[in-house]
Amino acid sequence: MGTLTPVLTDNWDAPHAWTLAAYEDSGGYGALKTALGMAQGDVVEAVKASGLRGRGGAGFPTGMKWGFLPPDQEGQPARDRYLVVNADESEPGTCKDVPLMMASPHTLVEGVIISSYAIKARHAFIYVRGEVLHVVRRLQNAVREAYESGYLGTDINGSGYDLDVIVHAGAGAYICGEETALLDSLEGRRGQPRLRPPFPAVAGLYASPTVINNVESIASVPSIVANGADWFASMGTEKSKGYGIFSLSGHVKKPGQYEAPLGITLRTLIDLAGGMRDGHRLKFWTPGGSSTPILTGEHLDVPLDFEAIGAAGSMLGTRALQIFDDTTCVVRAVLRWTEFYKHESCGKCTPCREGTWWLVQVLAKLEQGQGSEADLELLLDQCDNIMGRSFCALADGAVSPITSSIKYFREEYLAHLEQGGCPFDPMRSTVFEPEGASA
Amino acid sequence: MTAEITEGGLDPRTYAELEEIAARYPQKRSGLLPMLHLVQSAEGRVTAAGIEACARILEISAADVSGVATFYTMYKRRAVGDYHVGVCTNTLCAIMGGDAIFERLKDHLDVGNDETTEDGAITLEHIECNAACDYAPMMTVNWEFMDNMTPESAVTLVDDLRSGEKVRSTRGPAICTWREAERVLAGFNDGLADMGPTAGPASLVGLEIARENDWTAPPSDAGGGTADAGGRRGAAQAADTSRAESETEVETSPAGSLHEDAPEAKDADGSKHGEGDA
Repeated sequence: MGTLTPVLTDNWDAPHAWTLAAYEDSGGYGALKTALGMAQGDVVEAVKASGLRGRGGAGFPTGMKWGFLPPDQEGQPARDRYLVVNADESEPGTCKDVPLMMASPHTLVEGVIISSYAIKARHAFIYVRGEVLHVVRRLQNAVREAYESGYLGTDINGSGYDLDVIVHAGAGAYICGEETALLDSLEGRRGQPRLRPPFPAVAGLYASPTVINNVESIASVPSIVANGADWFASMGTEKSKGYGIFSLSGHVKKPGQYEAPLGITLRTLIDLAGGMRDGHRLKFWTPGGSSTPILTGEHLDVPLDFEAIGAAGSMLGTRALQIFDDTTCVVRAVLRWTEFYKHESCGKCTPCREGTWWLVQVLAKLEQGQGSEADLELLLDQCDNIMGRSFCALADGAVSPITSSIKYFREEYLAHLEQGGCPFDPMRSTVFEPEGASA
Repeated sequence: MTAEITEGGLDPRTYAELEEIAARYPQKRSGLLPMLHLVQSAEGRVTAAGIEACARILEISAADVSGVATFYTMYKRRAVGDYHVGVCTNTLCAIMGGDAIFERLKDHLDVGNDETTEDGAITLEHIECNAACDYAPMMTVNWEFMDNMTPESAVTLVDDLRSGEKVRSTRGPAICTWREAERVLAGFNDGLADMGPTAGPASLVGLEIARENDWTAPPSDAGGGTADAGGRRGAAQAADTSRAESETEVETSPAGSLHEDAPEAKDADGSKHGEGDA
């Protein structure tokens, strides 16, 4: 096994990989034929046995999620069940699902069909954010090709199984990546989270039993069916099995997508990416998007799996590794994320709606060098009053960068106050900074 | 029915297509988001007539439709230019240069955020993270990717758009108009899926390193009936030679250029005829 293990990314360098013909040439839809020959419960068991955990950030075991659907009652007509794919990739730093759907939409479509078969769904939806037009085109095209080849519609491959898939474009709302807000949005409403319980497995889309999974989770299912649960579980760490796409962005020489077993370290990934920009060192990074507390150079050797990153005080999230070097002002970075959460708060819960607004007020003044050290305690107090007090985790994510940056970089906040403004030159952080200007 | 609506300003074809969208779903209200995309395509923004039409088809109130239309940032109540130009100013892109790009464009176009140039060509907006962080700083035009931008390339881009030059997405087709893009989001495919590369260069960096080092996932542990897995790997190995050639092409390309499956298909004006044209 290599340091990198291309599975989902394996066909991204193939010409026309997005077409059905190219996908079938590389063995695509073989797993679907295997799955349709299996009992539905056996497909669920295979995914459970693989140890696949949700790739959308939370890391909930995918097979277990499927197992929460209430069984059909004997003598009662079967209730409609739905599979919904969360393709609303919007967490800042996260950029893995979009290139996957662009390069190989059939990997996702095959996963959708196998997963829908396993959970006995008659309808599946791919909820893709609207701001990625070409990805929407390729998904629409892949679904059309799948219908034309008999992989979708009625009596799929002569199995007697029927499935319809709809590609549904969102309209610009980060909150719709939250699964219950996504369901409201898919029902044609404002995208606001629902109180749970009931969980979507019991009362999801149209109040019917519903499974919602991330793109990468569903796209991993064909490889598990084709190669076996043990094959999948042979990669990764004890409780974080399998492979995943790690997205490096920021001040490394070769930002991009690196598919590796869970548990690889940032040190290894940065080495593969050619190192940091010349003349600069790592300052801080996010392991899984802006909602995961930032980490620093002291965490370079922490295995990137759910357990070790959790023990280090953050979360694996979406493996969105945003990497910032020593030219970057952490206060500026955190303020911008906070403005994002304020903008994207759906407004349903008061602690989030009002709290994110106040966080921006205090942070903006600090960034301008106004206020006093007591404002840091005020910020932490606000965070304490926001954390865990809303329907969904958006506000929890909003406080993560603030509390973690104060933990590691308190002196940098104070430097803003001492200097009456930001001590950094923002041009030095840019990619088009003139050569040598950093010397 | 359509006659009544046309009095409100919505043409019968659009009304029929709105009904068609609603009919795609197990419950018709699910069609509202794509329906509003279609309203924008037909009307250039979310209009009162469009809201009334959606409400009538879905048998909900106009207030309900307005509530949805005002929730999502892609829905516009003011007319949008032919080209919606987005600059990512979320943290990663902002720091990598997005802030400087946005400032330069506001100055160059003499507009503020979410404003349209006097000629109606360009609406400028700073946008949130658009899932292309490995191409930072990134921009969008009508929601197509424009990767690895600089203030200079951004100015060239908007000048080209205003002067009617053909502009290509770095990972997609020639840029269509905002209204045409909205039609695709409503579910009416424009046949351009086959344009552009499989993946951009940053999407491939890890895969290229794996190829150079012969790193793969472990062999399949499944028995008979899963020959496809082996077949997938076998096909990948058989293609190594052609891959090595295409990698050379990528490596010799300047940063930010397209990874092209068919590099020879680039024509004189720098725009590329997509593979799907054939």
